Amino acid sequence: MGRFRTNLLLCASTGCVSNKSLELKEAIEIELKKHSLQNEIKIILTGCNGFCANGPIMVVQPEGIFYQFLTVDDVPHLVEEHFLKGRPVEKLMYIPPKKETPVPKMSDIEFFKKQQLIALSNRGSIDPENIDEYIGKDGYRAMVKALTAMTPEEVIEEIKSSGLRGRGGAGFPTGRKWEICKNAREDEKFIICNADEGDPGAFMDRSIVESDPHCILEGMVIGAYAIGASAGFVYIRDEYPLALKRLIHAIKQAKKYGLLGKDILSTGFTFDISVNRGAGAFVCGEETSLIHSLEGNTPEPRTKPPFPAFSGYRQKPTNINNVETWANVPRIIQHGAKWYSEIGTETSKGTKVFSIVGKLKNTGLVEVPMGITMREIVFDIGGGILKDKKFKAVQIGGPSGGCIPDHLLDTPIDYESLTKAGAIMGSGGLIVMDEETCMVEVARYFLSFVQDESCGKCPPCREGTKHMLNILTEITEGRGKEEYIDLLQNMGMLIKETAICGLGNTSPNPVLTTIRYFRDEYEAHIKEKRCPARTCKTLIHYSILEDKCTGCHLCFKNCPTQAITGEVKKAHFITQQKCIKCGMCFDVCRFDAVRYE
Amino acid sequence: MNEQSEKIDQIIEKFKNEKGTIIGLMQDIHGEYRYLPEEVLLRVSAELDIPMAKLYTLATFYKSFRLEPVGKHHVRVCIGTACHVNGATKIVETLERELGVKSGQTTEDNQFTLETVNCLGACALGPLVLVDGEYHGKIDQGKLKKLLNKYR
Repeated sequence: MGRFRTNLLLCASTGCVSNKSLELKEAIEIELKKHSLQNEIKIILTGCNGFCANGPIMVVQPEGIFYQFLTVDDVPHLVEEHFLKGRPVEKLMYIPPKKETPVPKMSDIEFFKKQQLIALSNRGSIDPENIDEYIGKDGYRAMVKALTAMTPEEVIEEIKSSGLRGRGGAGFPTGRKWEICKNAREDEKFIICNADEGDPGAFMDRSIVESDPHCILEGMVIGAYAIGASAGFVYIRDEYPLALKRLIHAIKQAKKYGLLGKDILSTGFTFDISVNRGAGAFVCGEETSLIHSLEGNTPEPRTKPPFPAFSGYRQKPTNINNVETWANVPRIIQHGAKWYSEIGTETSKGTKVFSIVGKLKNTGLVEVPMGITMREIVFDIGGGILKDKKFKAVQIGGPSGGCIPDHLLDTPIDYESLTKAGAIMGSGGLIVMDEETCMVEVARYFLSFVQDESCGKCPPCREGTKHMLNILTEITEGRGKEEYIDLLQNMGMLIKETAICGLGNTSPNPVLTTIRYFRDEYEAHIKEKRCPARTCKTLIHYSILEDKCTGCHLCFKNCPTQAITGEVKKAHFITQQKCIKCGMCFDVCRFDAVRYE
Repeated sequence: MNEQSEKIDQIIEKFKNEKGTIIGLMQDIHGEYRYLPEEVLLRVSAELDIPMAKLYTLATFYKSFRLEPVGKHHVRVCIGTACHVNGATKIVETLERELGVKSGQTTEDNQFTLETVNCLGACALGPLVLVDGEYHGKIDQGKLKKLLNKYR
């Protein structure tokens, strides 16, 4: 293998691939050949870089130059200027909001500056489909250490003292969970990696599997050794085809190298991993449901205890952790519990991966130390609100979580402070909302999600969320009554106390926190029949401002219901009876002449 | 049909040999037909001695299974939270209007099947539409029309 002077790390994760990064690769290859550079410069397809909003992304190493929004048309100029003549191309670099000069190096971009990578430490820097690159980055060293130099008890002790807590949502101490399962008196034990990321608006697990599948396998082998499990499963979402492909490929490679399967590294320890595809059921995020699904049944949860640590898959002791938790394990074993526990806060150690999306300038995937404030994530890393609109809230924890309003932005993020604020850490989906997001409508959205995904086993979730959804729909359509707010709160508390699984228990959270922090919006809908965010269709109407309309006729042409009348070069007019409020006229108008209120 | 019949044989055989899960078996069939045809389920039920009721329960519980065939083009709109706050509802409404079907249905000429999906995990690109497995991010009403014309 020849040595290359430059590596081009081209992101080939779902986001960048959808922005044509694979076509880009071909174009670069052709252009490199044209200049006879193919033996000097190497293109490496990597997993998610994280800055998904600006994809396709390519980082040029060793200099660390960051290129974004690349197109096939940019390639000839880029190859000639940068790779042949050594002059990096400024117009393809990142320019911070409200600035004019580009930031050439990735490490200098605000989005990356405050991040600390542990679970994502290999993201964007290795080819996820090549085990040698993982090994080259110290991969599988932690496994060797655990299997050859540590007893299972020592591994568990290390994880316990690192302070690692489950990254799937509830935050149960991982070492403790392993210990319970280890101590269960059965010969056969199983471990499971939950990669069924059902939380809408989140893609941490997809990204980790796509960019570094071996770290999950390594974590699982270490876990299996500590617990005494002989078989493991990865339960992965069917909606993630690329992650699935890379995972299966990684397992094959690991087996070929003797790092997985029979008699691993000749230590006598045998452990195998098989992959199960989910089939699209949110409730599978709940441990007992996931186990039922693995067994080939409908994923209905059951009451706990017995916990899966005593009676799980095929009634045998089973330990379930999610992708991010497993990804942290090799790094803790390699660098030690002390190193890990020095990061984060008193009760929440280490880092957390968040997908930061919604009405944000820099959307993508970030890993930050626990204890960072929400303000730092939204405004420093995220670059603030799109179009500089006013921040309203961050939704964290998905359908089980809640909203964090403006006045709590400076709270340090850890499991306890989020729970205190009415939200949960969840798996790490952060959805930023601005002044144009209606909080009543958001609550309605989450309940319709839960209602749709409720497995139907227990009445509080099946019937309760349905009634809450009906009430919220009435409010957003201007038919709300004053007593509804209290009614929603009472029903919410009841469901919290009586539903049988974690998903049912937490399903009222989005409603309860929005009432807690945005009661005025509920009241505006109910008392004044007004949607302050101008989102709820029934409560708004569109009109055209006569003085701004130039009569360009564009809205006329695009209106699907012919509700707009007017001659060219004269002000147009909307007939309200015909208008279906689709917003097309607003979207197409170039003169800000369409208004809605 | 014969070719597909052989594939089904292979899928059933694989299930018997590898002791896979029924769900995996159904996913393989689904991969073959893009839905679960009744006659195939009946065959699976008879050959593997699995009650039809069980297959039907699984097929209707899990979202990825369909009992109706898909049109020539499969249009899926992501309605995850990030897409939702960025206007996914409008996208669904526009598609329903343009195609003249409701979400979950197939157009009369069998060209398009419209569906919503809870999250595709490409949240930074929302709103997002997936046509025949190809992602189209940051979509709006204007772009949508062009996109449909490409497949029409």
